[in-house]
Amino acid sequence: MTASPFTFPTFRLQAEKLALRRGSRLLVENLSFSLTNGQALVVTGANGTGKSTLLRGLAGFLPPVAGQAHLEDGAGARETIASHAHYVGHQEGSKPALTAHENLAFWRAMLALPGLTSDLTPEAALRQLGVPQVADLPVAYLSAGQKRRVGLARLLLAPRPVWILDEPLTALDAAGQTLLTELMKDHLKMGGMVIAATHAPLGIESLHLSLGEAT
Amino acid sequence: MSASPLAALFSREIRVARRIGGGGTMGVIFFLILVTIVPFAIGPDLNLLSRIGPAILWIAALLATLLGLDRLFQADQEDGSLDLILTSDTPLELIVLVKCLAHWVVTGLPLVIAAPLFGLMLALDPQALWGVTLSLLAGTPALALLGAIGAALTVTLRRGGLLMAILILPLAIPVLIFGVSAAAASFSATTPFLPPFLILCALTLGTLAAAPFAVAAALRHMSE
Repeated sequence: MTASPFTFPTFRLQAEKLALRRGSRLLVENLSFSLTNGQALVVTGANGTGKSTLLRGLAGFLPPVAGQAHLEDGAGARETIASHAHYVGHQEGSKPALTAHENLAFWRAMLALPGLTSDLTPEAALRQLGVPQVADLPVAYLSAGQKRRVGLARLLLAPRPVWILDEPLTALDAAGQTLLTELMKDHLKMGGMVIAATHAPLGIESLHLSLGEAT
Repeated sequence: MSASPLAALFSREIRVARRIGGGGTMGVIFFLILVTIVPFAIGPDLNLLSRIGPAILWIAALLATLLGLDRLFQADQEDGSLDLILTSDTPLELIVLVKCLAHWVVTGLPLVIAAPLFGLMLALDPQALWGVTLSLLAGTPALALLGAIGAALTVTLRRGGLLMAILILPLAIPVLIFGVSAAAASFSATTPFLPPFLILCALTLGTLAAAPFAVAAALRHMSE
């Protein structure tokens, strides 16, 4: 029931001398790294050292001050990271007035990539996240942890190779955190990539980037 | 298997608007109140009312259009949907266009439908009722699209509604001028209806072509 036999095509995520600015402060400078299928990068650092800024920059919300980050497919063609990534930020992107099912059906249609469709239904995704009972409830009535799980369900509904997770463990209980670790492991096994900013250990094998040594 | 992204977006917008309520009905009630207040202010002179009726309806429609506009993108920004929409494969310009269309269907179209009814309260003759309704049908999409530019520019401001109105109302003046003159020409014996009406249509088509790009640029900039 968990992992489908599906695998992602070959991708290489490349950041070259990336510099990002938040307001007038230069938070990320001269950062280069590369990730390939099945690799994870965990970003740590104290509050305000630019973890979120880095993730928002990679997701394409912040134009870099210098350098660049992109995806390269097997044939060497360049793609933006944004259109191949799931971004999980501090908000879930669910409309409180709509039910969990309606929200997820919308995001599946909105975020699905051509050629990378999942035959999972919103109900099945919610079951996998351990909250099958909330499908027909308006999201406004859910607890923070349930909202989080509904938000994470979209990662399964619209397969995208890169997961960009900003503090993904927020609001999740112990079982939820284990569940997310399993989901990330499955995703990596399918050839996906995970870039996560976190304070707590995620329980996956990963490269490590620590921000904010300078200053 | 899954619906196209834009169709899904359209039905989501309509659903949210219906679920939350307000939107359309509030706009029409506000419209009604504005139209009702004017005769109290200028007195029960039927000739005067029927002469300035089209202008009253247009100004009321303009103000009613502004009502829900500040939430057009702000709601998406607050719950995080805007970020996710930006990572979609669909061009942001098309997404903006569909959102504006849905917004117009929910808030603009009810005003157009209510206009002939409220026109009766202003002693408009049948000819003028048609003229006003037709000109509102042609002109309110332009108002919604112009408003979307203001909504996008103020998307991160908590109390952006007033600023949005200040930004947008001057831009709406050409639409107002040709809308009212088309409506007024419809019951005048001397001025032809078609020239102002066609210019109004041109204004709407022009905004339809340009506004999505302006809105998308503003949203991309504001998402930083």
